[in-house]
Amino acid sequence: MTPGVFMFLAALAVISALGTVAQRNPVHCLLALVATLLTLAVIFIGLDAVTVGFLQAIVYAGAIMVLFLFVIWLLNLQAELRSAPGYLALKAISAVLCAALAAELFLLLRHAPTAGGAQAAAPPGYGSLDLLATTLFADYLVAFEITSVLLLAAIVGAVALARREPSRRDVTAQAMAAGATTASSERGA
Amino acid sequence: MVPMSYFVGLSALLFAIGAAGVLLRRNVIVIFMSIEVMLNAVNLAFVALGRRLGSMDGQVIVFFVMTVAAAEAAVGLAIIISIFRNRETINADELNLMRW
Repeated sequence: MTPGVFMFLAALAVISALGTVAQRNPVHCLLALVATLLTLAVIFIGLDAVTVGFLQAIVYAGAIMVLFLFVIWLLNLQAELRSAPGYLALKAISAVLCAALAAELFLLLRHAPTAGGAQAAAPPGYGSLDLLATTLFADYLVAFEITSVLLLAAIVGAVALARREPSRRDVTAQAMAAGATTASSERGA
Repeated sequence: MVPMSYFVGLSALLFAIGAAGVLLRRNVIVIFMSIEVMLNAVNLAFVALGRRLGSMDGQVIVFFVMTVAAAEAAVGLAIIISIFRNRETINADELNLMRW
């Protein structure tokens, strides 16, 4: 990867990450996030991590983002109001803290023993599916099995959390209807 | 050749941007997206330093981070739907259920 290509990709990643944080409409935030993820996938491929780069594009920018999009549409979110009330001091403190965090990370990572120096040429087959699978199923087999349990727990947990309890359906519907009426009457007043 | 410190610097910058999003935004879904930005910044550091060392361990850890991120997104979005059903809002400032 030449420095020019890297600078272009880095600028794209930073701009789209800023877009994710700064946009008002959640769908626009999501689009910017997809741009960030795809740019990072290209950077991964440039770093000889081809398999992980494609996984990033398929799993992250594909599957996880579609999940986000479904939830945004399900909740029917609107763009936030521009004049958010108060909290100016908190926001200033947060901005200062984030700048301090960035400076700290720069200093820390600049002095990391592996960060500097010229990179050697990658070994043959580096980043290929073969080598990734061999490492994953030999050295990290236990972690892989534990991950399967984690995913199972996540599926069960997500279904249990998002499921509406049948016995309380009427109560919830009434409460939501009452809330909607109150909200609309407040808006009218 | 691009020096490895550039990749690591980009990773630090993206992490700081994600942290700013978590601190500054009030929409819970956007806070979630900022967390995804932070996870990806860490992934970039793993891939870059693994490439520098010539070992596959960094990429395997990125694989696990993606799995955990998928689990986190599924459970977190289910919690958001559940909260929205009960409170009709996902503004983090209005969610005070755990305050006493």
